[in-house]
Amino acid sequence: MQTDTEHRTSLLRLAGNPRELLAAARSNLELWANLLIIAWALGFMLWQGVGFAISVGTVFAIWAILSVSLNLVVGFTGLLSVGHVGFFGIGAYTVAILTSQAEYEQLRTEAIPTFGWPFFAALPVGVLLAGLVALAVGVVFNRFRDDIYVLVSFGFAIISFNVFLNWRGLTRGAFGIHDIPRPQVGGWALSGELEFLAFVLAALGLIVLISWFIVTSSFGRVLTTIREDEEAIAVFGYRTTHYKLAVWTISAMMAGLAGGLFASWTSFVDPNSFILLESMLLVAIVILGGLATIWGSLLGAMAFVLLEEGMRFLPFLPTIHVGQARLVVLGILLVLLMLFRPQGLVGRYKL
Amino acid sequence: MRPGSEQIDDHYVIQTERISKHFGAVRAVRKLSISIPKRGLTSIAGPNGSGKSTLVNLLSGVLPLDGGLVVIDGTSLKVVKAHENPVHGLTRTFQEVRLFDQVTVWNNIMVVLSERRLFPALLERVNPMQRDRARGILESVGLWEKKDALAMNLSYGQRKLLEIGRAMAMEANIYLFDEPFAGLFPEMVEKVKEIMNRMREQGDTIVFISHNMDIVRELSDHLIILDSGSLLEEGAVDDVLSRPKVINAYLGT
Repeated sequence: MQTDTEHRTSLLRLAGNPRELLAAARSNLELWANLLIIAWALGFMLWQGVGFAISVGTVFAIWAILSVSLNLVVGFTGLLSVGHVGFFGIGAYTVAILTSQAEYEQLRTEAIPTFGWPFFAALPVGVLLAGLVALAVGVVFNRFRDDIYVLVSFGFAIISFNVFLNWRGLTRGAFGIHDIPRPQVGGWALSGELEFLAFVLAALGLIVLISWFIVTSSFGRVLTTIREDEEAIAVFGYRTTHYKLAVWTISAMMAGLAGGLFASWTSFVDPNSFILLESMLLVAIVILGGLATIWGSLLGAMAFVLLEEGMRFLPFLPTIHVGQARLVVLGILLVLLMLFRPQGLVGRYKL
Repeated sequence: MRPGSEQIDDHYVIQTERISKHFGAVRAVRKLSISIPKRGLTSIAGPNGSGKSTLVNLLSGVLPLDGGLVVIDGTSLKVVKAHENPVHGLTRTFQEVRLFDQVTVWNNIMVVLSERRLFPALLERVNPMQRDRARGILESVGLWEKKDALAMNLSYGQRKLLEIGRAMAMEANIYLFDEPFAGLFPEMVEKVKEIMNRMREQGDTIVFISHNMDIVRELSDHLIILDSGSLLEEGAVDDVLSRPKVINAYLGT
């Protein structure tokens, strides 16, 4: 629990003394990972310019919200869910449908009603809806644990994808929903990329703050004991099902928020953004960064985004193969990590 | 205590009435009726597979009852819920030590001292009172120096003591210890005895399972002997141990 804070203070202390910093880094893999990824990110920004850094930063912030929120469930509570993308999709579709300004009747494809809500009215609805679905699903999921839990959440990811794809009267299926506007506060629209980046980073900050508040509370401590031995902690007077349901719902609402931001950022959503693979990548990021550490999830998300974007510039790799290649590289990375460092880059805990 | 609950006998803190538990075809506990007197030490003995651990699991709600009735502190229950143990003032340890392995020693204790209700728990931070209490417990089981270690990195004896410490943190009236002395070094055995005697002086009820008849004779006031899931004998220790049935069937000399 205290790893995050300890970590940050040690980083701060070391930053004041570069010689000590280097000496420690030589023997400390965690610090190496931190420095490497941050240096990589900075190098990238210098090399590719501000515009690129802004778009990478936005992608990072959305992945980071997802991985921090998933870590609450997977890392802290020990429920290995691969269904997180479903809540991401619910948030994205809710915002997309409610805010889209397209005139679908003229398109001669699937027509759906246009609401034209402002972003800030639609976002809370998306978050709430993700929470409500999580509550309903969670009641059923609470009966399961361990490997069965993985399978059940897998089922949820498949079902949600198929709903997005086939409920055409609502989602336009594979045609997707376009003309999703950017957030607007009064007369000031967050249309610029830099403004939007600031907005998603602020949202990420809020999510990190809430997560930190949760995991440092008595509630958070109970979650970690549920991860270790649910039956034993129940003996001490805890209704573990309530705790699991609560953290699951909170986490899903955070994913819904990420979905809403994502929809507004890309201005177009279709079911392809919410396939099972995205969920798997998310779990990979959480494990890569380290279970039960918020900082690790941020680091994991950053490493993942840098890996993805960085491979775009490899001279021997054609651009069209980048998408597939990142998965291969990530897969190899995960296997290596599990072999040599099962607790992830900065984590202390193992699955 | 629930109003209107059936009052059985004030002298006993736990009573079971014809409780049963079976695992498939194996009948671990068969229509067992026992009474555990209020205050003092009661030990449960019996050969392997006689249903001692199952009995403790039934009393603490870890396993559901197949039949019968349990009366804990005046409340009669057909279904014992694990999360209601604090309501009955009951806590326990496990035969195979069950700690929160990848959690620090400190938090293994703190979690028992914390708020149980969901929303207050979200707002609760460690307060000085809890800190003092946790420190006191860790010092009394000799694990204060180890407070920042993960529970999984403790030695077997330390783990056993931490589990007892965790039970102490509950401030219960009824302690169920499942083989607290098994596998402990003599000095640790002394420590556990000391802890149990201190609980007795406070007027708590301590129930423990043990195979070690010397310890049973030395510590306990009351003895229950099980055999194949049924009651063989129960009563005052010296009395029970001198009964021919016990000598023949269990001690078998």
